[in-house]
Amino acid sequence: MSALWTVWRKEMLEAVRSRRLLGVTATLFVFGAASPLLARLTPQILQLLPGAEAFAALVPEPSLADAVAQYLKNQSQFGILLAILTSMGAVVQEKERGTAAMVLCKPLPRWAFIAGKFMAIGASFLLALAVGAVAGYYYSEVLFGGLGLGRWLAANVLLLTWLLVHAAMTLLFSTLGRSQLVAGGGGFGMLAVLGLLGSVPGLQRWLPAALLGWAARLCLGGGGPAWPALVVSLALTFLSLIGACVALERQEI
Amino acid sequence: MEQAIRCEGLSKAFGRTRALQGLELAVPAGAVFGFLGPNGAGKTTTMRLLAGLARPSAGSAWICGQKVRAGSREIARLVGYLPEEPAFYGWMRPREFLDYVARLFGFGPAERQRRVEMVLETVGLQDVAGRRISGLSRGMRQRLGLAQALVHGPRVLLLDEPASALDPIGRREILEFIRALAPDCTVFFSTHILADVERICDQVAVIANGRLVVQARTEELLRRYALPVFEVEVEPGQGVALQRWLQELGAAGWLLGVSHAADGNSARILCREVSEARQALIAGLAQASLPITRLELVRPSLEEVFVRLVQGEADK
Repeated sequence: MSALWTVWRKEMLEAVRSRRLLGVTATLFVFGAASPLLARLTPQILQLLPGAEAFAALVPEPSLADAVAQYLKNQSQFGILLAILTSMGAVVQEKERGTAAMVLCKPLPRWAFIAGKFMAIGASFLLALAVGAVAGYYYSEVLFGGLGLGRWLAANVLLLTWLLVHAAMTLLFSTLGRSQLVAGGGGFGMLAVLGLLGSVPGLQRWLPAALLGWAARLCLGGGGPAWPALVVSLALTFLSLIGACVALERQEI
Repeated sequence: MEQAIRCEGLSKAFGRTRALQGLELAVPAGAVFGFLGPNGAGKTTTMRLLAGLARPSAGSAWICGQKVRAGSREIARLVGYLPEEPAFYGWMRPREFLDYVARLFGFGPAERQRRVEMVLETVGLQDVAGRRISGLSRGMRQRLGLAQALVHGPRVLLLDEPASALDPIGRREILEFIRALAPDCTVFFSTHILADVERICDQVAVIANGRLVVQARTEELLRRYALPVFEVEVEPGQGVALQRWLQELGAAGWLLGVSHAADGNSARILCREVSEARQALIAGLAQASLPITRLELVRPSLEEVFVRLVQGEADK
């Protein structure tokens, strides 16, 4: 286990030194804080835009539902971009640069190399999303009120789970691929494939994206949980990580 | 004698390319062992196989009696490996990187600190231990590479071209250091700088085209394979005349080859047989009236033996 924590510690240090952690946290903070503000101020902004005053009257009175929808939309869109971008180089870049050969000839189990990296990605997004969630909760409460803290937290956990599914799949491509481009392409490709599968009737409730709908329902009440989507998400994450470990174990560095 | 490294029929193919073909090698414990071969001979492939970074297509290798398996942690504890171009995390500092490596070996905080400071001092990087690795010169990185291979006190050190990036003073220091590691640690190192091998190696192996050409003690190799070499030196300014005369010698039956010194005033003449060559050289020099300052039968260099062995393998 000490090797796992050693890799995790090194990855976190790298995330801090490279300012990757700062970038991810700042992005999710900005959109976490801005989402309720934008939901609240959209009518006023439209009124201030020359020629758009007429549209302002058509915009319904903003509500907490708008703030939550805006928050989940922004955090999921920017979060998924960051999750794929930060995961795509995790393994393949180390192989390209030769650092993987330097450390994998030490008594470092290859599963710990993968797991340490995933744990660091998870920790980075946990921190960044927590900061964004605090900002989003504060402004939602100030501007609209009525957002339950427990439900808000649970919704953010679902959002984090969804992001980590894609981070794990991209990590698998980063292990299998020969370049960051291939790994990134694989990550975005899986996003597209899962998006297309979502259009198949009856399949959507099984897909990770259903977690976002569950998150919205949690915050606003109404509708039930999406347990199948959660099970599939956890299974996809687990299988992607196992796949990455097995692939790295078989590879020559 | 205990063997530190043993290879039996070790082979490695990359598609149709056979990088290593049935390598048989035995490296005695405590030796400083030079592993020589031209580019593409299979030296780095052998190193990677021994370090557990690659899998053999056939055959096996053992280190201190333990069978080498890719990713084996037992082998990793026995071996210190320095690749030809060591790579580091540029954002780390040398001290941090060595601490990271020591953590991977599971050392506690006090032991880590002791080992890190010791190897930093050993390779002469104490002054730059707090600088970012990305700002270090190639020579400093090479020293850091050596330090990371040593931090756990390995029984076998695999060094792929360890001194190639160092300046002459740095090279001498590192070679002296490598020499001092024996007999507690077996050093198996590849290099293109044959003078380094002559300076510090007890034994050498020469490989070409993925096959072992010869393995012997350095002195024995020189004795067994070396052909006589005469060194002839003329007065300054007579280099052109010397070269012209050497060209005229070209067809002589006793002559195997000629190499000129950088100053042009001397040359090494590789011969088939001493007495015939001596007679022909003395007579020829007298006839050409070259103002010689020295004519000497010298000890052949490892480089000459190496070239002869490798060319012989290529001609097969």
